[in-house]
Amino acid sequence: MKGERAVFQEKSRLLAALGVTMFVKTIPKSGFLARKERGLGMTIAGGVATVLLGGMVGSGLVPVARAQVTAQRLLDSAKEPQNWLMYSGDYAGRRYSTLDQIRTSNVSSLVPKWAYQTMAGGKFEATPLVVDGVLYATGADDRAFALDARSGRPIWQYQRALPPDIRPCCGRVNRGTAILGDKVFLGTLDAHVIALDTRTGNVVWDVGTSDYNKGYSITLAPLVIKNLVLIGVSGGEYGIRGFIDAYDAATGARKWRFYTVPGPGEPGHETWEGDSWKIGGAPAWITGTYDAATNTTFWTTGNPSPSNRGEGRGGDNLYSNSLLALDPDTGKLKWHFQFTKHDEHDYDATQVPVLVDEGDRRLILQANRNGFFYVIDRASGKLVSATPYGRVTWSNAKDASGVPIERKEASPTLTGVPVCPGALGATNWFSPTYDLQTKLFYITAREQCDIFSTAPQPYDPGHAFYGSAYFPNDDSQPFWGAVRAIDPATSQIKWELKHLSPSWSGVLSTAGGLIFTGDAEGNFMALDAGRGKILWHFQCGASVYASPMTYAIDGKQYVAIAAGATLFAFGLP
Amino acid sequence: MLALKFAEKTAFCLLRTFTNVPCRHARLAILVLIAIGLPVHGVFAQEKNPYAGDEKIAKLGEYQFRLNCAFCHGLGARGGGRGPDLTRAQKRHGNSDAEMFHNIHDGIPGTAMPAATNGGIGVGMSDEEIWQVVTYLRSVQVKAPEQPAGNGEHGKELFNGALGCSTCHMIQGKGGRLGPDLTTVGGSRSTEYLVESVRNPSRRLAQGIFEAMKEFPQEYEAVSVVTADGTKLSGVVLNQDQFTLQMLDTREQLHLFEKDKLRLFETRRESAMPAYEQKTLSDKDLQDVIAYLQTVGAQ
Repeated sequence: MKGERAVFQEKSRLLAALGVTMFVKTIPKSGFLARKERGLGMTIAGGVATVLLGGMVGSGLVPVARAQVTAQRLLDSAKEPQNWLMYSGDYAGRRYSTLDQIRTSNVSSLVPKWAYQTMAGGKFEATPLVVDGVLYATGADDRAFALDARSGRPIWQYQRALPPDIRPCCGRVNRGTAILGDKVFLGTLDAHVIALDTRTGNVVWDVGTSDYNKGYSITLAPLVIKNLVLIGVSGGEYGIRGFIDAYDAATGARKWRFYTVPGPGEPGHETWEGDSWKIGGAPAWITGTYDAATNTTFWTTGNPSPSNRGEGRGGDNLYSNSLLALDPDTGKLKWHFQFTKHDEHDYDATQVPVLVDEGDRRLILQANRNGFFYVIDRASGKLVSATPYGRVTWSNAKDASGVPIERKEASPTLTGVPVCPGALGATNWFSPTYDLQTKLFYITAREQCDIFSTAPQPYDPGHAFYGSAYFPNDDSQPFWGAVRAIDPATSQIKWELKHLSPSWSGVLSTAGGLIFTGDAEGNFMALDAGRGKILWHFQCGASVYASPMTYAIDGKQYVAIAAGATLFAFGLP
Repeated sequence: MLALKFAEKTAFCLLRTFTNVPCRHARLAILVLIAIGLPVHGVFAQEKNPYAGDEKIAKLGEYQFRLNCAFCHGLGARGGGRGPDLTRAQKRHGNSDAEMFHNIHDGIPGTAMPAATNGGIGVGMSDEEIWQVVTYLRSVQVKAPEQPAGNGEHGKELFNGALGCSTCHMIQGKGGRLGPDLTTVGGSRSTEYLVESVRNPSRRLAQGIFEAMKEFPQEYEAVSVVTADGTKLSGVVLNQDQFTLQMLDTREQLHLFEKDKLRLFETRRESAMPAYEQKTLSDKDLQDVIAYLQTVGAQ
């Protein structure tokens, strides 16, 4: 199917989509067919769909028809802003779009265009992908769906049959898919990686990565680099041993694995006391980024286990709470930078590491959960600066290289100590954005302090193992949040927009001079990127736990956000 | 509940089959129902705690409690501003092992208590871990049922009379609406919390409306506004977001505002309730009021 670039007339796209659906419907595949026959049926469907799909594409502002998402298209994602080809929009993790039809001057007239109800309970954390008019997203409980991105009407729906005893630490969530060729990829709560046929939602391959009974699960959207699907695991609350994997997109065969906790004989192993490395945690549960110029992929890791009790795991605990520079072809480590050494406050570094070029400086920006904004040299992994962007009391000193280190008195005790930021961090997994026009870095910050106390329980495979109880410190009320615009050149906050309570929404920037974000009170809003003034808002009816994205079809720009059980798309009237 | 979930899924798939859309999950879901549904039902039907009285299990339960429950119910299960005191023998939503298991497992509808499974709170708990927590709660339960020390009858008189509590607080449908309804508070909050709420009501504001997906509930904040036509109002916040305000004024009138249309809008993190100090309320009388609340709360 590669290279097929039939250009059809504009109208044929919808017909093609319809054709695929109708054809698939006629295949008697209710489960009674023999495996072989079923395979044949799918092949035929695939063949026909290939031809039809040729016409399904070429929508949006750049009317170029393409049959498939190739690795080259992923590299050149900036050339097709009408599409949203990966979790963060581009390999640099900027969550910035050059689409500018919706802009500061007209955003006040934005209206909902459609809503898609997943009917799932719990948090809806996904960022959809949009490819040539079709939107791919996931919802809670590992459901996935493809929609007509113009109307929100479903083309196919997939629901993973999950075992009843999975161990999702923090909700039955999924943050989305990755795409390559005719497959979309997702990780599941029972720690599998699966490839679905983009045309039917049928499972093409399904591989287990690890044992969900021991607390492994997958919640992040994978990242495709070349022909590989990169994923990481969740499970830092269960004493897992974290890793990042790469799978062959065509077959699902595992190409490499990088353990985020080094084993005996490997560098960094000495940063763990005794056998604590075996249950050391360091999950990689947010999507990484990629620098094609140096062929390096950047991944971040979460807390060492148990997260809030350092006793028994003396040492820095590499590579927990770290930024890792890996060779995507081999999984070999090029360098690492650890944000929080020997963490005792659950300060996962799982925030998308954003690649930014300033003149000839190649940098990585990260507003870390521990309250510091880090600027890191992308080539060497050396720290450029670390500056607080929120209230911080866990650290009051830096080591020789300028890395903030823990204040002894902030170490959790049985009866509890007050520390800022709280266990959920000064920010969390939701995405930041780097605006190429304003050159500002925008984040959602949380101002909440907690009391950290320990729960010195023994490790028991598959059982919760984070060694702590934490609760909001009422003496530090009120808890609130903000969108903050940080100038990476100075690390100073240029403006902030206050939220009434801490938000779980990521941030999107667009060339229309806009920032999009949501709040815990259920509002989705557009801000002026230059000064943070709210220009438009819509009440979604439930707290936003997702990051926004944007796309275009037929020259019309849309902005999408998940809230409650619903995916909303907005556009100009 | 699990069985129900699968049943739902099956119904969805059957519907799809009916509409001629192939669904390969229907059969699987039915199989799962058959394979898992019955044993799962067996666990749910379990009435008795398999670990009752086991001290080691109680210790494991304490760890689980710290991980999953202490956020609202406090380190020693004595309750905080968020969750009820669980050391009381009398529990509002059921005292039996089976009821406690069910409340933890499935959550309590209409309250902030979420289901412990599926990552609803903390890291979620298995059935085994829930029984450990029940065992722990039994081990810290106040042995003799807590008898209100004060004179409840006198407390009731004070509540409705001299102290003026009923002006703002409702009990069993009678009283004001400016403050939280106190019908159940005596049955769920610890004595310490009740004392603090009367002596120093602004330290921890009472919780108001709790929205399903929202991390923090609205609190009973004091609010003052000046409307576009110059009308001054003060009262309590029922709810608010970045753009709108829902408030009760001191005369219990409901007002719904768009914030940008107000000339002045100001909230204060302080309770509209006066702090009752020793001068106005002796320890003895306070004890009587609390006895009244606890008597009502136990009903």
